[in-house]
Amino acid sequence: MIQRSRLAARRTRTAWLFLLPSLLVLLVAAAYPLWRTFQLSFYQVSILQFPLQPEWVGFDNYRFLLADPYWRVSLKNTAVFTVVSVALETVLGLGIALAVNARFAGRGLMRTAMLVPWAIPTVVSAQMWRWMYNDVYGVVNDLLLRAHLIAQPLAWLSDPHLALPGVIAVDVWKTTPFMALLLLAGLQSIPDELYEASTVDGASGWQQFWRITLPLLKPALLVALIFRTLDALRVFDVIYVMTGTNPTTMSMSVYARQQLVDFGALGYGSAVSMGIFLIIALFAAAYLVSLRVELD
Amino acid sequence: MRRRRWWSTLLFYLLLAFILLYLVFPFYWAVVSSLKSPQELFETPVRYWPAHPRWQNYVDVFTQQPFGRNLLNSTVVAGLTTLLSLLVGSTAAYALGRFRFMGKRTVFFTVLSVAMFPQISVLGGMFVLIRSLGLYNTWWALVLAYMIFTLPFTIWVLTSFIREIPRELEEAAFVDGASPVQVLRIVLLPLMAPGLVTAGLLAFIQAWNEFLFALTFTIDNSARTVPVAIALFSGASQYELPWAQIMAASVIVTVPLIVLVLVFQQRLVSGLTAGAVKG
Repeated sequence: MIQRSRLAARRTRTAWLFLLPSLLVLLVAAAYPLWRTFQLSFYQVSILQFPLQPEWVGFDNYRFLLADPYWRVSLKNTAVFTVVSVALETVLGLGIALAVNARFAGRGLMRTAMLVPWAIPTVVSAQMWRWMYNDVYGVVNDLLLRAHLIAQPLAWLSDPHLALPGVIAVDVWKTTPFMALLLLAGLQSIPDELYEASTVDGASGWQQFWRITLPLLKPALLVALIFRTLDALRVFDVIYVMTGTNPTTMSMSVYARQQLVDFGALGYGSAVSMGIFLIIALFAAAYLVSLRVELD
Repeated sequence: MRRRRWWSTLLFYLLLAFILLYLVFPFYWAVVSSLKSPQELFETPVRYWPAHPRWQNYVDVFTQQPFGRNLLNSTVVAGLTTLLSLLVGSTAAYALGRFRFMGKRTVFFTVLSVAMFPQISVLGGMFVLIRSLGLYNTWWALVLAYMIFTLPFTIWVLTSFIREIPRELEEAAFVDGASPVQVLRIVLLPLMAPGLVTAGLLAFIQAWNEFLFALTFTIDNSARTVPVAIALFSGASQYELPWAQIMAASVIVTVPLIVLVLVFQQRLVSGLTAGAVKG
């Protein structure tokens, strides 16, 4: 018995030794910068002067944050972006996954094509679409004009009513296939016998979808949904490249970076960052609670 | 299987063709635009295939823009990040995948939550850290910063791979008196090779595509990576963006990624679904 516990203690020590390098890296690259950002959020300090000359202001930055109209705008934009893009990506992704899950010639080609938007860097896809959206020479206007869906060219990214939907469309294009791949993996884990048995019993395709596919897909759907939500909440690249810091589309992350870097307000910008951190931490905590990971 | 009517089959293939077109068209458009001359690019109505395709834009990207340097920067940064993540992450994955010990759950969830937290929340602190280490505008600044997301992710993917490897071989090695380090190096690492390739590829792609840190921690082309360069390409004047060059550069960085995806399709999908990760 004693020997056994001594063996266990040794195993524990070995395990921690193996973990040590990773934990050290994460301490330097994640924990320390996060702590520093938190600290800085209580100071007024410029990013331009090194060494830093911080001036303690207590909770002033947070008080200002709660009343800041631009923060509210960016919060609203992020909320709209998240809800609309995640909803569209889930519905379209499920549709594509169901279509690709059927047996047909050229399925391999289809699956490869689905990975293309995912593999393209976000910045590159944002630039591609920015050019396609061009009000005079853009192909989007040309196609819509040819199809008689619009009467005259639209200024997709400078019209305040169209800019956010335009950016969301790009995110949907880029991320729907990824969603579809995650859901496809879920679909393929559903045994064929269930469908065969229910067909014998006379169930329609529609009934099969609601009674078999959807309930059994729920775990995969939930994981994909939560990951996409966390991702959408911190959106930066696509918005920054397509519309810069324009308030009509500015997300929380774009606003935080504008404060931190463009305005050099290291203290206030850090308070904005901590606001984002808190919001996303709440969602992440909900995810961790709902996720049941097998550890052993 | 029910018998399908011919028109429902036709409809199904039309739907698939439409999805395919939707997924691939933007990339096709970038290729077409990159082959056009400036006159053709700014011509209405839009041409769907250039009348005189030419490669000049691809040459200009390297002569009029410092794109070669940007490619070098991206390759070095993404390569170093991947190597370090695999090196450090594989021992951690071994501990998490094979050992039972106190505090394992805590470690696991800590790693997982680091993977999920937003990059923007460390931007200020990371900037200060990088400045005080004297790393601002260097490759190492980006390598350090990228470990935040590549390392937890590598650990996560490798841990799930290790759990699927049968234990018998290691147990035999332990009986023969091998130490845990020897077991990891001699027995487990060769078996983990497919997992290392998958995790490495995913880490490389993540680092290659990263934008926010690269934009903030570099100031000129000595360390500026490809995504930042493509976002900041400028032409003769502020109002005249060199679209043909931007599209040519976009095609240049996307083609290798598409080739990688084609070659490693199966592995990428299995890695992504194992980790259910961010895109």
